[in-house]
Amino acid sequence: MSFLSALKSLYPPDRLLLAPAELSAYESDGVTAFAVRPRAVVLPVTADEVVETVRLCVREGVPFTARGSGTSLSGGSVPVENGLVISLNQLNRILKLDPVARVAVVEPGCINLAVTKAAHPYGLHFAPDPSSQQICTIGGNVAFNSGGAHCLKYGMTANHILGLKVVLADGQVLDWGGESLEMVGPDLTGLFCGSEGLFGIALEVTLRLIPRAEVFHTLLAGYDSPERAGEAVSAVIAEGMLPGALEIMDRLAIDAAEAAVHCGYPKDAASVLIVELEGPAEQVESEKRKLAEIIARSGSLEHRVARDADDRLMIWKGRKSAFSAVGRLSPDFIVQDGVVPRSRLGEALRRIGELSRQHGLRCANVFHAGDGNLHPLILYDGRAEGELERAEELAGEILTMCIEMGGSITGEHGVGLEKRAFMPQLFAPADMELMKRTRRAFDPNEIANPGKMFPEGEAPSLRLYGLHPLEKQGILSRE
Amino acid sequence: MIPALQDLLRQSRRVLPTGARTKPALTAVPEDVVLVDLTAHRGIVEYEPGEFTFTARAGTPLREIQEALAAHGQYLPWDPPLAAAGATLGGTVAAGLNGPGRLRFGGLRDFILGVEFLLPDGSLHHGGGKVVKNAAGFDYPKLLAGSLGRLAILTELTFKVFPAPQSRLSATLAAGSLAAALDLACRLARSVHDLDALDFFPDGRLLIRLAGDEGTLQPRLDRLRREAASAAVEAVSGTEWDALQLLKWVKVPVTAGVIPALDADLAKAGLDRRYSVAGNLAWIAPGPVLGEILHRHALPGLALEGPSPCLGPWPAVPERLRAVFDAEGKFPGV
Repeated sequence: MSFLSALKSLYPPDRLLLAPAELSAYESDGVTAFAVRPRAVVLPVTADEVVETVRLCVREGVPFTARGSGTSLSGGSVPVENGLVISLNQLNRILKLDPVARVAVVEPGCINLAVTKAAHPYGLHFAPDPSSQQICTIGGNVAFNSGGAHCLKYGMTANHILGLKVVLADGQVLDWGGESLEMVGPDLTGLFCGSEGLFGIALEVTLRLIPRAEVFHTLLAGYDSPERAGEAVSAVIAEGMLPGALEIMDRLAIDAAEAAVHCGYPKDAASVLIVELEGPAEQVESEKRKLAEIIARSGSLEHRVARDADDRLMIWKGRKSAFSAVGRLSPDFIVQDGVVPRSRLGEALRRIGELSRQHGLRCANVFHAGDGNLHPLILYDGRAEGELERAEELAGEILTMCIEMGGSITGEHGVGLEKRAFMPQLFAPADMELMKRTRRAFDPNEIANPGKMFPEGEAPSLRLYGLHPLEKQGILSRE
Repeated sequence: MIPALQDLLRQSRRVLPTGARTKPALTAVPEDVVLVDLTAHRGIVEYEPGEFTFTARAGTPLREIQEALAAHGQYLPWDPPLAAAGATLGGTVAAGLNGPGRLRFGGLRDFILGVEFLLPDGSLHHGGGKVVKNAAGFDYPKLLAGSLGRLAILTELTFKVFPAPQSRLSATLAAGSLAAALDLACRLARSVHDLDALDFFPDGRLLIRLAGDEGTLQPRLDRLRREAASAAVEAVSGTEWDALQLLKWVKVPVTAGVIPALDADLAKAGLDRRYSVAGNLAWIAPGPVLGEILHRHALPGLALEGPSPCLGPWPAVPERLRAVFDAEGKFPGV
């Protein structure tokens, strides 16, 4: 039986996509520069169907890519030429939510925000909150170890995954971890998180739920330079405080956010800082006073504190919409995700400014200042001769700078297709080789999402950058 | 030191790393296994208080790290046990041990950022990074936490640290029975009280700890007392926690759901125990019947003393993965 007829015996016609018009929706993810037409797309509704599909791919030697909502910002869910896309959006149930044990077990296609919504009545939430949390799926969060605005205090996705049922790329189904916060033996669950789909597919994910803070205190301050906002962050850290979030935006990002959502950010500031304290009322009250003193000494142009829950949401709306808003200023943009040591944020921003001037391109900056995770947003016009190439050059130079400063090429978006060429700058040949051998332990035929993370292999041809269809609708934002 | 270790590994047929030997069950191996002593490979390599990170060699005693951090008002939130007994950083990571304080911000798997390690063939590798946020490459730091020194020989580790709380306040709550204590523990763990630690005992007594700014803890305890109306709350000295620092009982990951039946069996067998991390971790006194009890409840246990570290049904490490790290089978089994 051919691969195609085997697929037809596994899936009814409405869950097996073969027509070019249907396949085109699966060609790209959040990095629209990459587009590859898959051979077929299947839409399983049970874990067994996923397992059978993977086993079929093993028998036939067909590469596959598991995909959720396709919001990857590293090209992580771009299909493989002639490969199969296993679309997991219909495997989206919350199988169990146990408020007593504070865990949830979900299917990989479950939407990130759906978990927090379901946990809300119990005073609990799922901490990882990527900006695309309204549509991104837990399976994708696991595969790329997604982050969000609260990583310094709460960690990334991997820190909130307690157990996994997986189908490995050799067809084996295994259970790792469990429902306890504690474990014994090597942490296979932890290894699977962030493996970018190269080991196999998560079928069930056990999540840790944590209590929502009692009180939030959200402060917005304007500065005459991003460096000065960065110094305020250092002062907060030096004071021994641990805010839930510390975020900085520069002028270009502020203008865009203001135009898009009228968030009421300071009009004359070169940058804004958002600090959010959270915790029990007494503790926040105490930290509030310390924060007020730090901000008073920090040379801020002006500052305000969120009056109520709605005002807090408005401050966050500006921040969370910043990237899609910046996208409106320019026909095309590239978002990068490098990390530098926090103490070198000011230096990194100056250097990014210099580099963008050298390349004659505008660059907006929105970043997670608490953990040194930069998000430079390089604006360009793909129709202008040579601009895409200049933008890519600039993006590469920023990544090299992050490596030279002792940081990383990705804080939360993953390596994917987009940054794989930079891995050898970050890891020695022996370490790259060990990673490849580790991958083959789970995927001996290298059929699970090949082409991601490792620099070898055919690169899909780049096309012009542009807004993702969901970005145009304002549903998806890049962060 | 690294080249000498590499030579030793290349020349040896069977090997196992050791630290301060505070957990002797982990190194209870046949005589032909060459113990690779890491205790001389010690010292903090980098510590950047402003970055919330440090890098230290595997043989560094935990106490030395805790003192260096304390001088800058920082600490290890995962609260490692056996620091007072002289445990090293590498040994603690290899064993995967957390203290009661791991309740609030997470365990060592959540704070480990980077590793340098040797494989038994003598090759030197790195995984993870040195910044607090990093998504590049496979997460070897997490994989090796809890690997009992049987996948790789940890040589250097990078960790995230946090600012230490200004003050701590401990209290006991008498719930009356284990069932009531378990119920109260689960209620408190999902409350807004943000407990720093929460242990409980078979007699129904809870031991809790609050941590935060000076002057805020007594009002917080008063508020908690009102909500835990049925249990008598009494402030106690923080030294109540010290017993855990030296305890060499068996570590058993649990969930609230399994505790009642497990505890009944342990009581019947006369084995002492305490429940830590709001019902996620049982520390159980070793005894000849413990392995059988753990099998009955399908729970794996990590013994720190005795002839073997593994009790009950242990999770399997895929053979092909094990062979990636130790192709020649130089590490002993468990």
